[in-house]
Amino acid sequence: MHGLVNRAIQCFLRDTYGGDQWISIARRAGVGPEGFEPMLIYPEQVTTDVLEAACAALDRSVDTILEDVGTYLVSHPNVEALRRLLRFGGPTFADFLLSLEELPDRGRLAVPDLELPAMDLAEPAPNTYVLTCRFGFPGAGHVLLGMLRALADDYGALAYLGLETTEDGADVITINLLQSDFAAGRSFRLVVGDDVR
Amino acid sequence: MNPDRAQVSLAPDVLDRLMPMHLVVDAGGTIISAGPTICKIAGPLTGSPVFDRFRVRRPAGLDDMAALSRHHGRRLQMSPADSPMTMLRGIALRRSDTDGFLINLSFGFGLIAAMRDHALTDTDFAPTDLAIELMYVTEAKSTITEELRNLNARLHAAKREAEERALTDTLTGLRNRRALDSALSEMLRMGLPFALMRIDLDFFKAVNDTLGHAAGDAVLVHVAEVLTAETRKSDTVARVGGDEFVVLFPEITDVALIELIARRIIERLSRPIPVCRTSCTISASVGVALSAGYGADMADQMLVDADRALYASKAAGRGRVTLSG
Repeated sequence: MHGLVNRAIQCFLRDTYGGDQWISIARRAGVGPEGFEPMLIYPEQVTTDVLEAACAALDRSVDTILEDVGTYLVSHPNVEALRRLLRFGGPTFADFLLSLEELPDRGRLAVPDLELPAMDLAEPAPNTYVLTCRFGFPGAGHVLLGMLRALADDYGALAYLGLETTEDGADVITINLLQSDFAAGRSFRLVVGDDVR
Repeated sequence: MNPDRAQVSLAPDVLDRLMPMHLVVDAGGTIISAGPTICKIAGPLTGSPVFDRFRVRRPAGLDDMAALSRHHGRRLQMSPADSPMTMLRGIALRRSDTDGFLINLSFGFGLIAAMRDHALTDTDFAPTDLAIELMYVTEAKSTITEELRNLNARLHAAKREAEERALTDTLTGLRNRRALDSALSEMLRMGLPFALMRIDLDFFKAVNDTLGHAAGDAVLVHVAEVLTAETRKSDTVARVGGDEFVVLFPEITDVALIELIARRIIERLSRPIPVCRTSCTISASVGVALSAGYGADMADQMLVDADRALYASKAAGRGRVTLSG
């Protein structure tokens, strides 16, 4: 598993539940308290171990933890850089959804060895989107669900999202986009830094 | 022109969408139409002479319609007259219907500065333009570079710490055997003059046996403090065994001086040492070898010779210094 993924789980646990809780989860999983380096590759079992340790320590299911990881990745100030990169996907939430199929390529453009879930988007009815997500590691769809819910807020869109996992292991997320401009959303300027002259 | 191809004329709103940074110039050099994004950057343009509103940088000196005509179809670099830092690149093509030109412009590497300076958004670019993708790649790369920089800093700090630990005696904080071997070989290889002093504690075993290992450790830490205080920063002070120490003194070749230093160390080590609410007394025997006559690969021989001198000190009744040779 790419270190960025493990590092994201680590930062989520640390920033949400505190450094001590992270250290105790890490110890339970057989990982050093310093955790993961974002640019190194780790065996997948380590990721499984950390998630199992987190479930036991927090008394929560792995699906809800992964969904919260997704929400965290979009909404926490410590990972603002990622939110910005995601918002390059399009000026509206609907445009963003349409750009999701490109997400693995976008990710590889930044980090060539980063593997992201393969995604297929269908639009069976106006404002209804069905996103099928396949990934070697189970639970990716729950991270995506959390990210999409947070991104809908970020764009100021009102959307209902649900997830079902098919028998062959694909995560299918249904998105009902009720209103694109429900709220103001968070600002996104293409260039950060100096104030606009 | 290929006669088989249909002539296409575009409505202004189509032109604006496909080429939001275009200028249509008539034969006299007056701008008769301009795209919305170039107007956002340069202000209202229609009706202005094109060379009043833009400066062509490359090719240099292109400042009238005759020169533009000669440069027809080749790449141009230009900037708005009132925004000279905004570098644009483009091409001027002769329109088929008149003697005027269609100039289409875009940003080069100045894209990010221009977006910041003119507050441009997605809608200011043609949907086929890769500007937003370029922004994404730029930002992604700088984010990743930052991560790599942090990783490098962490690895570098860990490496220095590991190196330091590999050369340090954990109990006393002095250099260890490995550090001594490397410093000694290096000094012999460089042919630098120096003195080597072996110090062995006397009566140390008695402290360990009667007061316990904790007291023994406290004595060793005390000895390390004395050796550090009685030597210079440039000297190498190492603990090489349980109660054995070696000190290298660069540039010391004088027998009287090294004996003086040795006697001072012995004197200080012979004072009672407070440990574990009591005190104990040890002493030290010293053997010295001077570097003169030792070649680059004779580190072991020099240590053996100093050791022999040390045992002569012990045999002569402890608390003494003996010079090898």
